[in-house]
Amino acid sequence: MCTDCGCHSGEETMIHTHHSHAHSHSHVHSLLNASFASTHFRRIDLEQDILAKNNQYAQQNRNYFRQHHIFCLNLLSSPGSGKTSLLIKTLELLKNQQILAVIEGDQQTSQDADRIRETGVEAIQINTGKGCHLEAHGIAHAIESLITKDLTMLFIENVGNLVCPAAFDLGEAYKIVVLSITEGEDKPLKYPHIFQAADLLLINKIDLLPHLEFDLAKCIDYARQVNPRLKILCVSAKTGEGLAKWLQWLTASQLLATLG
Amino acid sequence: MHELSLCEHILQTLQQQAQIQSYSQVKKVCLTIGTLAYVEIEAMRFCFEVVMKNTLAEQAILEIIEIQAQAWCKNCQQFISVNSFYDSCPYCAAIHLEIVEGCDMKIQYLEVI
Repeated sequence: MCTDCGCHSGEETMIHTHHSHAHSHSHVHSLLNASFASTHFRRIDLEQDILAKNNQYAQQNRNYFRQHHIFCLNLLSSPGSGKTSLLIKTLELLKNQQILAVIEGDQQTSQDADRIRETGVEAIQINTGKGCHLEAHGIAHAIESLITKDLTMLFIENVGNLVCPAAFDLGEAYKIVVLSITEGEDKPLKYPHIFQAADLLLINKIDLLPHLEFDLAKCIDYARQVNPRLKILCVSAKTGEGLAKWLQWLTASQLLATLG
Repeated sequence: MHELSLCEHILQTLQQQAQIQSYSQVKKVCLTIGTLAYVEIEAMRFCFEVVMKNTLAEQAILEIIEIQAQAWCKNCQQFISVNSFYDSCPYCAAIHLEIVEGCDMKIQYLEVI
């Protein structure tokens, strides 16, 4: 149990040090004695978003990132899209220009975080247990346990899942969805929410294009049907194809996101 | 299966509101869920029952009002019902409609004692 905010630490985050980050954990404690409570039926009109609390934490995270000039990205994909390999390649290309850290989300194991750490970049593993996505509160705790100082870029690798993570704002500047061409071109139509919520689509494993019956033009068309504003880049973590453009996107977007 | 998490978030709100509004039991929870909110209504009902067990809302009736998604067609200058993010306008076949309603999921009201 986290004594400050009352959350159950459980498997949600590995580390629970309090309390240097920007979010304040507001608690409401009633001054009324429960025995004074009415025994009559009462209707309470709330009209409150079910995820209001998550959105509140996300906003606190966003404020923290803004104040500390940290460019935060939320990477989403189905399992096996090559998201971790792409991230490792990206970290290797960026680590001499940026101060980096990674928050890794998986239901079990710290294998991905271990792979990230081999690049020399700090990685915090969040094991979500039964959870199929990361939530903003868990991210807030992960941020406060980061050792790296003067961070400039933070990658959050969400749990491999094309459904649930779309609904949970973490406070990131951009959501990036990674789709590998081994998954089929119709994924944007089958899982429209995540493509609708994303700012950038990375079509990964593009080096396999000659060997597969993957209709790239159709995939791009489907993705833009769901989200006309979506930026799309084709990349290969293996051969390095398209990574220069991906880095250009990162640098340009970082500049925009941290200007003011 | 994020319906389980959604129900856990609902429970947190019910517990927090119980302190603010001084009630001890929740008799009814009414949700409004947009048809494009990506919530499986049956999964929601199942998870609600599981999550509310042994809580102040164990006896609560769950009412879910589905809100039909609406989009604005700039071409026809009218609102139309849509069933996906990529529907085209049934009148003028325009694509890239602007979704204006049906993505939200809210706790509309509670009945408590």
